[in-house]
Amino acid sequence: MAMAALKREGKRFAPLIAPNRINTLRSSLAPSEEQAPFGLRTISTQVVRNRMKSVKSIQKITKAMKMVAASKLRAIQVKAENSRGLWQPFTALLGDTPSVDVKKNVIVTISSDKGLCGGINSTSVKTSKAMHKLNSGPDKENKYVVLGEKAKVQLIRDSRKDIEISITELQKYPLNYTQVSVLADDVLKNVEFDALRIVFNKFHSVVSFMPTIATVLSPEMVEREAEAGGMLGNLDSYEIEGGETKSEILQNLGEFQFSCVMFNAVLENACSEQGARMSAMDSSSRNAGEMLDRLTLSYNRTRQASITTELIEIISGASALTG
Amino acid sequence: MFRHLTTRILSRPTTVTAARARPFSTDVAAAPAADEAFAEAWKKVIPNIDPPKTPLHFMTPRPSTPSSIPTKLTVNFVLPYASELSAKEVDMVIIPATTGQMGVLPGHVATIAELKPGVMSVHEGNDVTKYFVSSGFAFIHANSYADVIAVEAVPIDQIDPSQVQKGLADFTQKLSSASTDLEKAEAQIGVDVHSALNSALTG
Repeated sequence: MAMAALKREGKRFAPLIAPNRINTLRSSLAPSEEQAPFGLRTISTQVVRNRMKSVKSIQKITKAMKMVAASKLRAIQVKAENSRGLWQPFTALLGDTPSVDVKKNVIVTISSDKGLCGGINSTSVKTSKAMHKLNSGPDKENKYVVLGEKAKVQLIRDSRKDIEISITELQKYPLNYTQVSVLADDVLKNVEFDALRIVFNKFHSVVSFMPTIATVLSPEMVEREAEAGGMLGNLDSYEIEGGETKSEILQNLGEFQFSCVMFNAVLENACSEQGARMSAMDSSSRNAGEMLDRLTLSYNRTRQASITTELIEIISGASALTG
Repeated sequence: MFRHLTTRILSRPTTVTAARARPFSTDVAAAPAADEAFAEAWKKVIPNIDPPKTPLHFMTPRPSTPSSIPTKLTVNFVLPYASELSAKEVDMVIIPATTGQMGVLPGHVATIAELKPGVMSVHEGNDVTKYFVSSGFAFIHANSYADVIAVEAVPIDQIDPSQVQKGLADFTQKLSSASTDLEKAEAQIGVDVHSALNSALTG
């Protein structure tokens, strides 16, 4: 036990062991006191030492979280990039009309369930609220469909009555198209909309995520915009194959478009989440490292000061005895 | 001395952005003027936040309709988990529309077609690649671009005939014993898909 106590004190007092052997037992019972001649006052480095231990373990944890996020990102990035071709045909056909003027807007906000991923969830919520404000008017109504725990928590604070559906635990199982199409079906059945606006973070690179809004119009709106001209103006020039009426095909098309765009959006958001978590954990480990450096310096200084104090006391005591 | 520094700092960003036109991602950044109305409206109401991007930003714009019929058809065949064919130039595609097999050649009239389970074949010179698609949509644009979006597609040679027969038998039996409308609809879909698979393998 004496050896353990010595190790704990950092092997500093090796030259002083001989006179101190009697007191090592006592000091091991009172761990807050330094190993020193009995009756001496010492400065405690225990507080700093505890702090250093906890900061070191936090650094290890954040490093591990970064590795985990990096490996998850690798896996899901492949899927997201493969799904990027999915929404492009719809935009090529129906164009992109984010500034369309509709009465019933439904804002689908996609966010993560877990935290510690930087600012992407706040960005999505800010963009959704801004969209709400942009589309507010006398007879216009805006509703939210929330995917993910983090956005739900933030939106429920001031827009509780506007949230129609909230879905959590999306990533419990690996994301696939079937799951997202069931979700899309749910939304389409239960929510009335003229335009659906999907707010998500598009994964641009590991350090850059762009908030994006994808717009899906209901079949009636598509017809209205086609008649009005503009981007959908040449929709009438397309012949419709199959089905009895044009509106039936447009309805199927709208539903399919929504599920495809949702699938891509959910994958991109998941990628952004992992990327943001990687950079958040990386900066956290770096901060912990810096903190550890500062604490080590302060620890060494305290330790050296206490050694110096003890030496002074011993020497002055010895010189008082001799001369 | 400080004026030199500031001029150098000010001139640096422009050269850096020009060189950084294609950053780390695999996306192509094209920003057409189409949704400027949105950006304008946004800036008026919410001046603090940058307007978010929209899908048009991330898409390369399609070429406009040429005056003469092009020789090749450009096909994009996409699935949720992969892009099977992207901007591939072919001679002809035959797609299984709900009204029957439809052949698409360059210069085909612009069409939106809903697809039923069936065989899609891509003809390029003398090679023909056949896929069994589950269902989806096909858009044929006036500029000889064809977009086929399917939920699931497999090349024909990867289908197991014995499984198809077994599936067909299962679903026919389910259809006859179905009680609710939902069960009937599900069993009917199963029968349709499996009989299409069957005819794809044989025909």
